[in-house]
Amino acid sequence: MDTATAPTQTNYINVAHTAKSWLLTRDHKRIALLYLISVSVFFMIGGLFALLIRLELLTPAGDLFEAETYNKVFTMHGVAMVFFFLIPAIPATLGNFLVPLMIGAKDLAFPRINLLSWYVYVLGGLFTLAAVIGGGVDTGWTFYTPYSTAASNTHVILTGLGVFISGFSSILTGFNFIVTIHKMRAPGMTWFRLPLFVWASYATSLIAILGTPVVAIAIVLVALERTLHIGVFDPTLGGDPVLYQHLFWFYSHPAVYVMVLPAMGVISELIAAFTRKEIFGYKFVAFSSLAIAVIGFFVWGHHMYVSSQSAFAGLVFSFLTYLVAVPSAVKVFNWTATLYRGSISYQAPMLYAFGFLGLFLIGGLTGLFLGALGLDVHVHDTYFVVAHFHYVMVGGTIMAYLGGLHYWWPKMTGRLYNEGWAKFAALMIFVGFNLTFFPQFLLGYMGMPRRYHMYPEEWQVLNVLSTAGATILGVGYFIPTIYLLWSLKKGEVAGDNPWGATGLEWQTQSPPVTENFPVTPVVTEPAYAYAHQEKRFA
Amino acid sequence: MSDHVASRGLYVAIFLALMVLTAMTVAVTYIDMGNANLFVAMGIAVTKATLVVLFFMHVFWSDRLIKVTVVTSLVFLVILFAFTLNDYLGRGALGVAGR
Repeated sequence: MDTATAPTQTNYINVAHTAKSWLLTRDHKRIALLYLISVSVFFMIGGLFALLIRLELLTPAGDLFEAETYNKVFTMHGVAMVFFFLIPAIPATLGNFLVPLMIGAKDLAFPRINLLSWYVYVLGGLFTLAAVIGGGVDTGWTFYTPYSTAASNTHVILTGLGVFISGFSSILTGFNFIVTIHKMRAPGMTWFRLPLFVWASYATSLIAILGTPVVAIAIVLVALERTLHIGVFDPTLGGDPVLYQHLFWFYSHPAVYVMVLPAMGVISELIAAFTRKEIFGYKFVAFSSLAIAVIGFFVWGHHMYVSSQSAFAGLVFSFLTYLVAVPSAVKVFNWTATLYRGSISYQAPMLYAFGFLGLFLIGGLTGLFLGALGLDVHVHDTYFVVAHFHYVMVGGTIMAYLGGLHYWWPKMTGRLYNEGWAKFAALMIFVGFNLTFFPQFLLGYMGMPRRYHMYPEEWQVLNVLSTAGATILGVGYFIPTIYLLWSLKKGEVAGDNPWGATGLEWQTQSPPVTENFPVTPVVTEPAYAYAHQEKRFA
Repeated sequence: MSDHVASRGLYVAIFLALMVLTAMTVAVTYIDMGNANLFVAMGIAVTKATLVVLFFMHVFWSDRLIKVTVVTSLVFLVILFAFTLNDYLGRGALGVAGR
């Protein structure tokens, strides 16, 4: 690979070098990088806890941890991964970087609030880390009552406060995106010329704004019940524990779409760029993001089929759960149709997109199993559920996150990474992921419950396979860290548009200047006008 | 946000209306209306909140996007309440033991 000299143009990275210039920046691109570093730290922390879980489950006996310690380990894994990595990963890093660039704006509508959102996120993270260092929390990432309010003697309040605070970060980012997309689009950038990543970011922001306050209040009520013994959830105080589940899942089910909708937006961009085609059924894909965001709010009760939730409510929630599969399927079918007769190139970002398609398909279809009232009773709280949501949230979100990170890395840094290593890592992650989580479907179907540190010997082979897969997956995640960091110094200079992609972000320099564009662009074409582009270059 | 500024008289009138409604909130607690207690109390509260949102928060004079945003938020609040109540009020409806 050619190692060219560093870009000499002034850009958002080299415009200033002091720590103050980074910590007080109002540039959405710099804030995106601050988020990238922060969420990566939490990804590593969450990954470390995952490693401990898989080590414990290598053998049937509980030979690494006491049961209580194991409870803390899987709780901290879930809290770190869900609230501090998966939810902010794509919106706060790629979204922050790309939304203004993609719509031809100089920045987000409220740059100071954008910076505030990062500080709020860090503050929430520090509270949670303090809880980890102080001894951890053992309630599960769901903080279910009455255990969390009446029984647990771990750091429930401290962790809950961390989650509560970081929620405001999501809200701030969400409303910044909504205002920006409404008000700051470049001339000619109509709603139906918006890249699908922007549509997805818009839909995600709606969920973040409408749902996050509810879980925040639920967590505050848990804290109040623990400290002041007011009776909200604890039956002995006149409360109702199922009410907590309603409040928690009102946000936390849509939160899955906070994780996966931006991932779907990334996939739309990747598939268009690497098939050289317009996304099939653009409007359907755009509206399906909004449909997922809205219908996603009507399905939370499918987490509660085995609680005392009424059978009637269960019936309604089950029906609505099947309904949300429709817009998800619209996306998958339309991406597949886009591939048809496309000029497909198998570069690393596209390999991640293919990985997403396969893993999200399995995750989505097994979701239908769990949405069924009868079958869910059999597999509820088993490893089947664990496998299902990892296929969606890890197989879906992280594959897209990594695909997007690779695709826009040249724009973010001005450098190209090593394509060979990138393809190798993508393949390794796909293999490692399936080896980790597919055996868990089988374990769950055979009845292995989640959240136990011991199990009967007949389940060891599948657990060993899962742990072996997790090791491959861990190495697979580590490799990009190395070559991406390496590329910062030694990577080939990328140029403005290394993929020959459409989209305003590729029309400005790499890395962009602080104001994104030397002059405000005027948009005259729909998104993904690859057919026009081919003609122009023909 | 619209740059329309309401007259001082209107603000005073809204303030007085809120004071009257607050007095009513207290007054109705002394009257037992059976099942209607909740609905009357909530009715007064919703009226007060509506006045605040429309006039003190200037939504009445705002453009359509702001109004849609406010209504959307309320719709999602209704979803939260309605589907939660669908559980509590629906218990026993299908004759499943304990459910």
